[in-house]
Amino acid sequence: MIDLVLYGILPYLTVAVAVVGLIWRYVTNQFSYSSVSSQFLENRQLFWGSVPWHYGIILILAGHLIGVFFPRSIMAFNGVPVRLYILEGTALALGLLVLAGMVFLLLRRGTNARVRVVTTPMDIVLLVLLLLQVVFGIGIAIFYRWGTSWYVQTAAPYFWSVVTLSPKVSYMSSLPLLVQLHAVNAFILVGLFPFTRLVHMLSIPLAYLWRPYQVVMWHRRQQRGL
Amino acid sequence: MDVRAQLASVFHLDKCIGCHTCSLACNNLWTSREGTEYMWWNNVETKPGTGYPTLWEDQGKYRGGWELRGNSLVPRTGRRLGILSNMFFNPALPTMDDYYEPWTYDYEHLFTAPPGDTPPTARPVSKITGHYLDVEAGPNWDDDLSGSPIYAKNDVNLASLTPAEQEAMFRIEQMVFFYIPRICNHCLNPACLAVCPSGAIYKRGEDGIVLVNQEKCRGWRFCVSGCPYKKTYYNWKTGKAEKCILCYPRLETGQAPACFHTCVGRIRYTGLLLYDAERIEAMAKAPDTELVEAQRRLILDPADPEVAAAARRSGMSDEWLAAAGSSPVYRFVKEWGLALPLHPEFRTLPMLFYVPPLLPVAASNKTGSYDLTESGFFGNTGNTRAPLRYLSALFSGGNTGIVTDALARLWAVRSYAQARSAGNISESQAGDLLKKSGLTAETAGQIAALTSLPRFNDRFVIPPYRREVDIQETVNPQKHQGQTGFGFSRTPGRGL
Repeated sequence: MIDLVLYGILPYLTVAVAVVGLIWRYVTNQFSYSSVSSQFLENRQLFWGSVPWHYGIILILAGHLIGVFFPRSIMAFNGVPVRLYILEGTALALGLLVLAGMVFLLLRRGTNARVRVVTTPMDIVLLVLLLLQVVFGIGIAIFYRWGTSWYVQTAAPYFWSVVTLSPKVSYMSSLPLLVQLHAVNAFILVGLFPFTRLVHMLSIPLAYLWRPYQVVMWHRRQQRGL
Repeated sequence: MDVRAQLASVFHLDKCIGCHTCSLACNNLWTSREGTEYMWWNNVETKPGTGYPTLWEDQGKYRGGWELRGNSLVPRTGRRLGILSNMFFNPALPTMDDYYEPWTYDYEHLFTAPPGDTPPTARPVSKITGHYLDVEAGPNWDDDLSGSPIYAKNDVNLASLTPAEQEAMFRIEQMVFFYIPRICNHCLNPACLAVCPSGAIYKRGEDGIVLVNQEKCRGWRFCVSGCPYKKTYYNWKTGKAEKCILCYPRLETGQAPACFHTCVGRIRYTGLLLYDAERIEAMAKAPDTELVEAQRRLILDPADPEVAAAARRSGMSDEWLAAAGSSPVYRFVKEWGLALPLHPEFRTLPMLFYVPPLLPVAASNKTGSYDLTESGFFGNTGNTRAPLRYLSALFSGGNTGIVTDALARLWAVRSYAQARSAGNISESQAGDLLKKSGLTAETAGQIAALTSLPRFNDRFVIPPYRREVDIQETVNPQKHQGQTGFGFSRTPGRGL
């Protein structure tokens, strides 16, 4: 029963909350979409937290997605042991990098008086949940080795079963507790997404790469570049 | 030819008394909010000096403005991919310590202090954290402190002077300083806009005012470091960038911006300039010393029938053309060549121009007594207190000829006016100076009038915006009376 709730209902619930929440927030309060950076208030500690965190987590998330979208390629890649070792080692190293970044960020939030002023309770909740998620992930990498291989045979098919609206709960419920915690925490993070600063992920300004340098707007006319 | 209008400005530095009234008018209107306490959209700084934020002119530190790489104009902040890869930590961002930590005083203590031997004091308290603060810097920390080895000697513009000249500048008998009031330049080639990843900053087509769309800004902070004048600010509370809006709600209702309106020395002029938008990039690529000339070439003569026809083609109304025709800015910048852009070498084509200060050596003591009538007092541009090369580092990208020309004209006008009113200079002397500087008596009279006796409507020629006409087809203009000017009525909060 609990498995059904966690892996059959929770994913749909959190995704629904995320989608509705994001649209609601965008429509009613677009002003609140921001990176809400605190670099202006504190510069040095941020470097050691923000840079490893962001670059590490982007690569790790990309790894999770690649496993879901190209499971066969990953299996084929891991067919040669050396490649498997390299992939596992890289993943663990990135995990540790991200952990270090997250610890720096949490310390900074706690110790810097100026940063504390702009810290909301939700910032703390988010940081703690993300820290837990990273710790779970590193734990999995250490205690349940070769995750890059078994992930594509358990989590990836489970993901597609959820996408195709026929969730196969048994994929997840048979996995070790640490992996289940990692999964459930991920769902919670998805559900919280629209109510946290995570929304800045949706503002990745890729359009900047091809827009003209200058933007000129006319009163009651279409926008056009210089 | 793509003719556009720009609401541009001239600040006459000889008239600035450094009273900061402009700063306070602006602060009262726009930046007395949480998150903006440290911002001075208008500030007045002493030169030589390091300014606000400290060393803002040092682009090795802040990487603002544009640079020529080969034949292409690139933001010094970086190319597009470079900017995106620095999003998680902007290495050139000035922090609050580069400005100052805003503070108030613990006044309450004056009332609650227990009886004691000494009167109680109100200690400074940070407006950010609420903790007691040892104040170590402020927005005008080096006000009037030129000559101080701690502040003024770090002025970036002194690099162009020889050590002997620098030493002479700080000798107490020759000490020189003047004020530079600074607001956003509303540039033709704004770098803040070019480096904004969100595309939140835009230039208004009609009047060229550069604005930040608060809804679209995502707080990536590159505009702050990208603006070489440090006139875009980060609101630490809302996580959005803010900057001078040239009081557009006032302009659209026919009023001068608050800092212009309140200026005690009446140093500020505003009016339209017409320019050719197609040639912006070409002109911004001119060599450092030719940038002032290039910028002048970009500005078009509204009396030229061809320009007027092109302006009409791009939708400019006759009223706006007429306003451009009587713009005091056009006269100071293009006709008279008196007003110069601040740091044209940043290549943003700033649209705020400064009449450089004359600061003559008013007397000599060579004869053993204080001698005011030394020959060469008038017209001796080589003998200004502020070295020409210092002024040209500020106003002409190092081109001393342009500064000399402007100073010679200012000198000629001053002697012409003195010959007529005070009579301490002969008409022929004044006439010589006029001839040397290439001015006619009539022009000198006009310059003198617009400098010393301008009325309100001479200084501010604001074109009619007619926004109420624009909206009345679909909206009842009366309904908008009393609405907030900054665009939203929700209290701006941080995140959700």
